[in-house]
Amino acid sequence: MSQTLSEKIISAHAGRRVSAGDLVVARVDCAMASDTTAPLAIRAFGAMGGSRVWEPGRCVLVIDHAAPAPNERIANLHAMMREFAAREGCVLFESGEGICHQLMVERGLVRPGDLVIGADSHTCTYGAVGAMGVGVGSTDLAAVLLTGKTWLRVPQTIKIEVAGRLRPGVCAKDLVLRVLKETGIAGATYRSMEFYGAAVARLSLSERMTVANMAIEAGAKTGFVHPAGLELPYSATPALPDPDAGYEQTIRLDGDAIGPMLSLPHSPDRVVPVDDRVGDKVDLAFIGTCVNGRLEDLQAAARIVEGRHVHPGVRLLIGPASRQVFLEAVNDGTVAILAAAGATFIPPGCGPCVGTHNGVPGDGETVVSAGNRNFKGRMGNPRARIYLASPATVAASALAGHIANPLQTGCFEEQP
Amino acid sequence: MSAGHIRGRAHVYGDHIDTDAIIPGKYTKTLDLTSLAEHVLEDLDPRFRDALQPGDILVAGVNFGCGSSREQAPLALKAAGVAAVVARSFARIFFRNAINIGLPALEAEGADISPGDELVLDLAGGTVENLKSGRVVTATRLPPVMLDILQAGGLVEYLKRYGDYRLM
Repeated sequence: MSQTLSEKIISAHAGRRVSAGDLVVARVDCAMASDTTAPLAIRAFGAMGGSRVWEPGRCVLVIDHAAPAPNERIANLHAMMREFAAREGCVLFESGEGICHQLMVERGLVRPGDLVIGADSHTCTYGAVGAMGVGVGSTDLAAVLLTGKTWLRVPQTIKIEVAGRLRPGVCAKDLVLRVLKETGIAGATYRSMEFYGAAVARLSLSERMTVANMAIEAGAKTGFVHPAGLELPYSATPALPDPDAGYEQTIRLDGDAIGPMLSLPHSPDRVVPVDDRVGDKVDLAFIGTCVNGRLEDLQAAARIVEGRHVHPGVRLLIGPASRQVFLEAVNDGTVAILAAAGATFIPPGCGPCVGTHNGVPGDGETVVSAGNRNFKGRMGNPRARIYLASPATVAASALAGHIANPLQTGCFEEQP
Repeated sequence: MSAGHIRGRAHVYGDHIDTDAIIPGKYTKTLDLTSLAEHVLEDLDPRFRDALQPGDILVAGVNFGCGSSREQAPLALKAAGVAAVVARSFARIFFRNAINIGLPALEAEGADISPGDELVLDLAGGTVENLKSGRVVTATRLPPVMLDILQAGGLVEYLKRYGDYRLM
């Protein structure tokens, strides 16, 4: 029997050949937790009787969700993580180093074919490099710290094939929002998603992370971008599904027909073309997060705002996904362009996406965010409305003071 | 009520209740479960907290608990006194988290439950009985490993007892 990528990766980690529906205990390559989930995991690890983590070099703690600490309560949770990491010898990324998923990929802590268990729902991002990233909660993560293993049900897989190519100014975010419009918010629950097709093969690593990141918004257990066309900064054997693997469902889309997309409040799958809502007033514009805080995202925004200034009624916030992203954006002039246009930089990290600090919207305000979730209250205020869009759409909207189509800015030429 | 049975009053909500609705992200950075309980479901229904009696049962539609991996969501429900959650379907991370912390979560359709109905959940038998209507429906069977974890009282107790995962 031919295997999907999740069947292959789980087989390699369970020590036997498995197929969708099987229940297995699998060996884990890496465990990761953030400052939202690590404190509870550390407590559960202790309650389980844990004294030493299974393999310190494979246990990663990241201070990113509320970093630097906005208050004493959170500062003390960060201190608890530092103390645990020092005692156990775990890998610790300090406040300001960046977002967990960005760091895992950027530092090469996740490689093709790996099985990574992360106490963060966007752990599925690692499918961009052909690794199986599965999100869990704190107690499941504590069990991995203790045993180096987890239990899994091998998922069915939905294949998504995107033909053609994305037009200039149309981003990977638009592609994945378009897919979410097809699946809905629960359409891939318990499933794996595999993204294929010419439009996908052209995507950079950064864009592939954007696509894989949002598999969880369809409810998926994990999501992979087929490695055709993937360029990694290190040599590795690509993780490939069998060509005739069995898929539960196939969704086919034409990349050329995808335009800038927008998720309406209060659910990521309420997707419409940006053109449907051009003119809706915007108060806060945010570019950042694990889905769209990378160099290419900042560059796309800079291309649109260069030499211009954001609308006086809009605050534009930029949260680089990591310090390395920030440094690269400083060195290539992107930061200067954005700052000159009126953008405010916040520290590398999750920023206002999790509603804790760094740009909470006010009552009745509308946010256009390059993030991945727009649930009611997501950014800290249930009386605000959040639109999700690509970094290009966020930048165009920040200039206009209302939702705007980046293809109408004159910054993107149609290629022959 | 015999062991393995939960009897409680239903609080009924709709589809796709996300983890931000269960416990907003701004309250999650804590180890104080009481503070989580104070804010449970506050953006969805500000009256829920006051209406809830310990031992009540939360009933929802499809995809309950979608979104974040925050275990604070089932912890907030449990700390507030919710004895179990019955939904037409669950988002997978929430479902694992609920079982892992010992909050029974039953996937059942067609139970036709109205707010205030008295329910009896048979965890071992996997049934949901509505005492008001007399209707009994069968819940989706838990995988054996999850049943073991729930019976142990959660994943912490399970691993304390067995030291490792056991699959039937």
